[in-house]
Amino acid sequence: MVYRGKEYEAKVGSTVRDAVKKIGLQPETVLAVLDGKLVTDDTVLREGMNIRLVAVISGGSGAGR
Amino acid sequence: MKCRKCGGTAVINMRQHKLALCADDYLAWLPEQVQRFIEKYEMFTRDDRVLVAVSGGKDSLGLWDILHRLGYQADGLYIGLGIDGGFGYSDQSRELSERFANEHGLKLHVVEVEQTYGATIPELAVISNRGHGKPCSVCGLNKRYIMNRVAHDGGYTVLATGHNLDDEAAVLMQNTLNWAGGYLVRQAPVLPASRPGLARKVKPLCRIYEREMAAYTITRGIEYIYDECPHAVGSTTLYNKELLNQLEEKRPGAKLQFYLSFLQAKEAGLFSAKASEPDLHACDRCGQPTTAPGECSFCRLWDKVRGVKNLPDRVPASLVAPALSA
Repeated sequence: MVYRGKEYEAKVGSTVRDAVKKIGLQPETVLAVLDGKLVTDDTVLREGMNIRLVAVISGGSGAGR
Repeated sequence: MKCRKCGGTAVINMRQHKLALCADDYLAWLPEQVQRFIEKYEMFTRDDRVLVAVSGGKDSLGLWDILHRLGYQADGLYIGLGIDGGFGYSDQSRELSERFANEHGLKLHVVEVEQTYGATIPELAVISNRGHGKPCSVCGLNKRYIMNRVAHDGGYTVLATGHNLDDEAAVLMQNTLNWAGGYLVRQAPVLPASRPGLARKVKPLCRIYEREMAAYTITRGIEYIYDECPHAVGSTTLYNKELLNQLEEKRPGAKLQFYLSFLQAKEAGLFSAKASEPDLHACDRCGQPTTAPGECSFCRLWDKVRGVKNLPDRVPASLVAPALSA
């Protein structure tokens, strides 16, 4: 799995949700993307899967950056 | 996991709603929810001219997309703050906002703070010595001012921001921890235009989870800036969101319940609006509504900066370019 540019190994057979918790993230704060599409966190990890975790929490809102 | 509506493969599971949906059903469901809240809180109608504050982020671009799809007259406003953070943060977010506007044939107003007033936000924070080394306070002041000015100058009846449920719950938590009565009274899905010159402000995403908005923009294929504002790192808002997400993990729906219970308590008269109603008058210099005597905080801040940087007095007559105004 890749999160903020860093790679993490996850156990084959575990779910995305368990793997996210294992690397110390709150499942509520990320979305899992596989081959450009969102997948739910009950997705079971298989050998060779490359999951990208997208952080969903930001510090502010409104116009301008 | 299967989509509750069609039985296809779900792309999102919303534990708080006990609802999993596939891409197509999710892209239909979320705008329906937003429409429901626009109506429930009487935010605006299709006769209104809506100005959407966009930042290049998921919430504001997602909101603009949804309002456009729902058939509202929604133009965008992007405010360039001049934040670099080592990766051209402001430049990237402007580019993404402009790309979205162009691809959808939408009108985008752009106000670059440095070009308009003479300094970037980080520079302004240093000169003004406000915010204990962080530009967030002056940034908020400038954004609120400029949003209101553009809404006023452009003849918009409503100003819509992309504040989502997580934003609202985090602010509510902070204000509750501080028992900040004045802020609690004013926190609402709609802030009416209580006097001339003050735009009606609405938050159509106030009941939409931040995670739901990210899922919407990704599924819709909207390109947004993933990077966090470099100045938001370590902010109280992020810390509060983290705490609230710990609650949410144990009790799905906790954030929504917290916010909705607050709105219900307010509706039932828990807070006295009268006690916290600010006394507003027109700023002596720019005419915008302010609680400060004489000049507003925005004008006083920029007076100081102009003095330090030896800049000419440049209070623009209008922030809306004539060619862009409707």
